[in-house]
Amino acid sequence: MLKQRPYLIEFLTAAGLVLAPFVLPWLGFAPNTVNRILVWGLFGLGFDILFGFTGLLSFGQSAFYGTGGFVAAYLLTSAGFPYVVLALVIGMIAAAATGYLIGLIALRRTGIYFAMITVAIAEVFFFVEFNPLSDFTGGENGLPGVPTPSLHLGFTTLHFTTGWSLYQFLALCYFIGVVIALRIVRSPVGAVFSAIRDNPLRATAVGHNIHGYKLTAFVIAAAYAGFAGGLLGVLQAFMPPDAFTFDTSGQLVMQTAIGGRGTLFGPLVGAAVWLSLQDFLQATLGLGAAWKLVLGVVFVLLVCFLRRGIIGGLADLYGLLTGQHGAREPDESEPELVAVASTPHAAVTAAAPTPVRPRPEASPSGPILQAKGLTKRYGGLLANSDIDFTVNHGELRGIIGPNGAGKSTFFKMLTCEVHPTSGSIVFEGRDITGMNVTDVCQLGLTKSYQVNQLFAGLTVRENLVIAALSGLRGKFKLDLFRSIDSIPGLSERVQHTLELVNLTSRPDTPVSELAYGEKRRLEIGLALATSPSLLLLDEPLAGMSPRERVETVKLLKSISQGRTMIIIDHDMDALFELAERVTVLQEGRVLVEGTPEEIKNNSTVQEAYLGGVHGELAA
Amino acid sequence: MINWPNFISQLFNGLALGALLALISSGLTIIYGTLGVLNLAHGAMFMIGGYAGYVAYSYTGSFILAVIAGSLFVMVLGVAMERIIIRHFYHRPHEDQLLVTFGLGICFVEIVRLIFTSQSQVVPPPALLQGITSLGFLFYPTYRLAVVGIVAVALGGLFLILYRTRLGMIVRAGIEDSVMVDSLGINVYRVFMIVFGIGAMAAGFAGIINAPVVSLTPGVGDDILVETFVVVVIGGVGSFPGAILGGLIAGEIISITSMFNPGYAYVMLFAAMTLVLVLRPHGLLGTQGRE
Repeated sequence: MLKQRPYLIEFLTAAGLVLAPFVLPWLGFAPNTVNRILVWGLFGLGFDILFGFTGLLSFGQSAFYGTGGFVAAYLLTSAGFPYVVLALVIGMIAAAATGYLIGLIALRRTGIYFAMITVAIAEVFFFVEFNPLSDFTGGENGLPGVPTPSLHLGFTTLHFTTGWSLYQFLALCYFIGVVIALRIVRSPVGAVFSAIRDNPLRATAVGHNIHGYKLTAFVIAAAYAGFAGGLLGVLQAFMPPDAFTFDTSGQLVMQTAIGGRGTLFGPLVGAAVWLSLQDFLQATLGLGAAWKLVLGVVFVLLVCFLRRGIIGGLADLYGLLTGQHGAREPDESEPELVAVASTPHAAVTAAAPTPVRPRPEASPSGPILQAKGLTKRYGGLLANSDIDFTVNHGELRGIIGPNGAGKSTFFKMLTCEVHPTSGSIVFEGRDITGMNVTDVCQLGLTKSYQVNQLFAGLTVRENLVIAALSGLRGKFKLDLFRSIDSIPGLSERVQHTLELVNLTSRPDTPVSELAYGEKRRLEIGLALATSPSLLLLDEPLAGMSPRERVETVKLLKSISQGRTMIIIDHDMDALFELAERVTVLQEGRVLVEGTPEEIKNNSTVQEAYLGGVHGELAA
Repeated sequence: MINWPNFISQLFNGLALGALLALISSGLTIIYGTLGVLNLAHGAMFMIGGYAGYVAYSYTGSFILAVIAGSLFVMVLGVAMERIIIRHFYHRPHEDQLLVTFGLGICFVEIVRLIFTSQSQVVPPPALLQGITSLGFLFYPTYRLAVVGIVAVALGGLFLILYRTRLGMIVRAGIEDSVMVDSLGINVYRVFMIVFGIGAMAAGFAGIINAPVVSLTPGVGDDILVETFVVVVIGGVGSFPGAILGGLIAGEIISITSMFNPGYAYVMLFAAMTLVLVLRPHGLLGTQGRE
């Protein structure tokens, strides 16, 4: 939605900001109200990147708003620093630096812990402003006398004073803020942000250092907050201490939710609604102190019934009226579904001949993975015991075993999701024991999950882009202003993966609208898009209908050309058809290893399955 | 200034505050542990308990009736809140739960402000507990001493409910694995409602008990909520013993720091929280996987 036409949103924003002084007075907006809305909107741009795009709900943004505001105001008043714009930038940097330090602590935990820690942090800042630092901040009096900015353009000097004059300066700041925020959201970093929001576990598993990216989002939000805080002082000619209160953070959260999270403009819309309702309820209706109750009720109702806020609601309404989103897409997708299901052979054979790029550094023969004495103990339970396991380059290995044999635990240890109690894992000649999932994926070892782990809020293409990015950019890179389309090899890799997993007809379908079999293929696609030299597949056939199984086995065959793969599955017929060698696990140990023929005729295997667990072969 | 009697009396203040925090945090933590919802309106529950008790007190003149009315009113409010709104949020993301309880908290505060104005209200302690008690080495307000006892009894009651009843067993099992409890054929949603009621009641009870110590304002719950969060982070989410330990630690840190400089009370509290986060990220008595 945000990247259909280049610069359209930037242009519309500029047009809106230019027209506002001519239109808004007719709607009863005082210039000071509009200016306050802009400051809140700018504050909210950063917060929306943190909350709407990355999914981190912070109740502590007032800490950075206040920090930026007071640093700038202190420089401009007590310290006698003459350059307003520079002071604002210094305030922003101070807030960003504070954000970095606070982020290191707050991001140690996620979810509600994160929310609670940010609340506590904001409260500390409030008290610090009031007491230990009151010599610098003026305590409860704040800092009066913040000057207004002027721009020296060489040939002339522009002075921005109050009202619509100051509006020009604030509008310029807001516009720059929007342009930067849009670039960030459209950059590879922005793509990883939304991956973290939708499924942090998978974002880690496809090779992104999500802690680094979360910290980035946190610092960005702090920087925006700091700059907006400085503007608040300029706007009021006074830096108020209540910038630091919990109410400030709360109001920002509420305005963002009212306007619509994940839209960048939501906070601006929310602030407009908030401030104009406040004026209206207080002045026109004479409600006095009850205005906040009305806004609280409006907020609760919006959270209950309009999850995506006003902008999200309008977008849905627009979609409903034009029949674009809610109405048309399911109709369109139905026949496609049938088409995909009815012509699997054609589609798969079309994908099969596409050349598979081998990793250049991979040596052609010898062992790619060697596990020695791998043991995992959970308390008294021995999940895996002393497993020796070697897979050669180019091999397709199958692993079978009754339920509870320790197959999934074994895979989790190979991909370093869990660490072995003892034993070692060597991958491509490197000891990876004790490394983390992200680093192991970066080395070229990843897996597809037994239970789908997709980025459920994104489209098929966006899912694959996120996985492909990790291979092309590494686990952490701050290319904040780079367009995602300008990354060499990205679109080719995504297209190639789409073909491999037979999803070329539905690249722009949201994951939530996919059929189960398609989700299962996308699950494999996510692992493939990281371009692994060793791919582990945990029960790729689980839950599929017999016809889907046939289809997927063909798919796996085409994927396996030029790749090394290990597949766990209960479907022995399928595995015996696919695999060159099969390892049988039972009760956490390797029971036997050999070619499919040897396994079929092995008496201990027959005993393990037929003697112990009847019906496994039938399934 | 800083001398032994002063120090000891601050220790007692810390104990009283800590006990209250422990009680409020227990309510918050069992609600979160069982339902998976962090109730940001919990501070408002504490405040409403105080006001409901204040109303009962001004009609009857009885402190005991005030305590009963305060707790019961908040329990009913909690159950109503769970039935009408919260239960629709069990399957929505954590952020939405935070947003809706945050919004409800603001509504509660503003309703109270509308009815009682922002002016502070006073509930005097019961006649029996007024005055000062001599502890031999220092004189200490009788009611504050009593608070420690009253809250200890309440915590004991909560302990009995959690560890000695069938309901408590379900709640503790639910904290460990609510999906499993659900599939054992126990109606978790009914348990959720009861837990929400009990958790809210703990806050409401604390609110009226605290009313004679600190005068009532509509914003009285806000600071308490922040302190409660620190307690839960220190003690570990979902841990009843953690809430008690965390509460006592937080209470003593606030009191003892206030003796030197009240401005640093929160800084020290935050420093303690950071220390716990660095050394034991899951809280002192928390277990991994409870969030």
